[in-house]
Amino acid sequence: MMGTRAILFEAPGAFTMEQQQRIWALMDHAGNRADIQELVPGVTNLLLIFNRSPEDLEQIADWLRNTWESLPPRQIMGRLFEVNVRYGGALGEDLAAVSAHTGLPPKEVIRLHHEGEYTVCAIGSAPGFGYLHGLNPRIATPRKSVPSLNMPAGTVTIGGMQAGISALTGPNGWNSIGYTEICLFDPYRSSPSLFAIGDRIRFRPESIEL
Amino acid sequence: MITILETAPLNTIQDQGRPGYRNLGVGSSGVMDPLALKIGNILLGNDLDAACIELQTYPFVIRFDTPTSFAVTGIEAPLTLDGRPVLAWSVETAAPGQMLRVGIPRTGARAYVCVGGGIDVPVVLESRSTQLRGSFGGMDGRFLEAGDKLATQPATEPLSGYGSVPPARVLNHHAVDDKTILLRAIPGTDYARFTPESRERFWNQGWRITPQSNRVGYRLSGRPLAMLEQAELRSYGIIPGIIQVPPAGEPIVQLADANTAGGYPRIATVIEADLWCLAQARIGTSIRFVECNHKTGIAAEQPIKSYLDDLRLMVAQYRASCQSRNGTNSRGKA
Repeated sequence: MMGTRAILFEAPGAFTMEQQQRIWALMDHAGNRADIQELVPGVTNLLLIFNRSPEDLEQIADWLRNTWESLPPRQIMGRLFEVNVRYGGALGEDLAAVSAHTGLPPKEVIRLHHEGEYTVCAIGSAPGFGYLHGLNPRIATPRKSVPSLNMPAGTVTIGGMQAGISALTGPNGWNSIGYTEICLFDPYRSSPSLFAIGDRIRFRPESIEL
Repeated sequence: MITILETAPLNTIQDQGRPGYRNLGVGSSGVMDPLALKIGNILLGNDLDAACIELQTYPFVIRFDTPTSFAVTGIEAPLTLDGRPVLAWSVETAAPGQMLRVGIPRTGARAYVCVGGGIDVPVVLESRSTQLRGSFGGMDGRFLEAGDKLATQPATEPLSGYGSVPPARVLNHHAVDDKTILLRAIPGTDYARFTPESRERFWNQGWRITPQSNRVGYRLSGRPLAMLEQAELRSYGIIPGIIQVPPAGEPIVQLADANTAGGYPRIATVIEADLWCLAQARIGTSIRFVECNHKTGIAAEQPIKSYLDDLRLMVAQYRASCQSRNGTNSRGKA
């Protein structure tokens, strides 16, 4: 329970695509409930915000458990985006920290980062920011204990097992490893967020500065 | 039309917020003190989604270019209309050319300048609230500046000379003294991950609101809290009131402009019914969290609802009696 009006459902187990697809299925199904104001998918979790504080929590918990157990994972055939990245340099200044944490040379970190294909698990944090699944576990690096105060929008980042592209300039606790020029959000577009859940992303090295 | 003559930074257009877009990463924004805006809108006969000017810094001076009813809520502050003192939490009607000045509050932190009909700026993603991080909504997604001209929505008949009792005087405000505010909170998902000693200290210790506090969140200072073991969490959805504890151990209460998702451990959530008290707490104030459960959290909404219901009734009766005295019907225009 998050306060009186929201419940966070957390999937048990590892951060796998199948668990995430089950979260999407749960989200789809919960959308049919009349008492829901907002559904916020996270990374293997779902925040349900109700129109008003629910009286009977046990009933909702039961519904969540039963629905989770009974629904098949929801496959989303998303679009494929190719994103050009300028790796390293001043805009990817945490590359050294990722390298130190993982024990891999910076070049190897970059190779493992752009080799993978990523899937947008959830949009959140800032307008249009996509949480990406598909990071090679060998380059997973914990969030920084002191966030950067002014990380530019377009910074390519690693936060724990998650990968991302920062959507806005501002404070950010993830590790920057590169930079891309891409507009992730425009409130006046018919679909404001460039990425949608289920979309796939490939990073392409445009330049590497070590 | 309203012209802003003088403003300090950090003042914005806000309404009750923009729920429904968190799944795109867009936070709700909206006023920090939803109760104060509700009161202002009820007093003025506005729709509850009407927008206002939220003040966080002072002084603030505007000129009314057309006859406009207004009410300043949220705070007690020196207010003047063309130099004549006017009351907060009350409806006044300004003539064209008159200037309203809002000085530094004596109590409270955030003032709400509400006008008949509400401030009219373009609706973006279903709200007029300023989304500062996304740079949209409100006045071009930015803080207000001197020289800005704001249109107002069509208003009901201008009436004045009535007001509300400030909610802090009516509702049990849980202030133990002038400097400590009590906030009720429900233990959060990661509560059990903290050491027993830290859990106890979370409730017993006074937490000071640091200067690094704003519409995004309040950073608190006190003896840091420790976890049984550091956890790297997966990102999850955030709502205002969630209290996160970053690795350094000092809590942050997420508020109206919070990110929609985060990854720090959640120790507790301030109940919705008490968030307005936090919005009016100034930097340097000490707060104490009081443990409560779901049932108490819901029950806490009742006194607020009753207060607003009573106010609606009073305003309706006052307006009706004025209209019958003036010989206009309910559709009458002044």
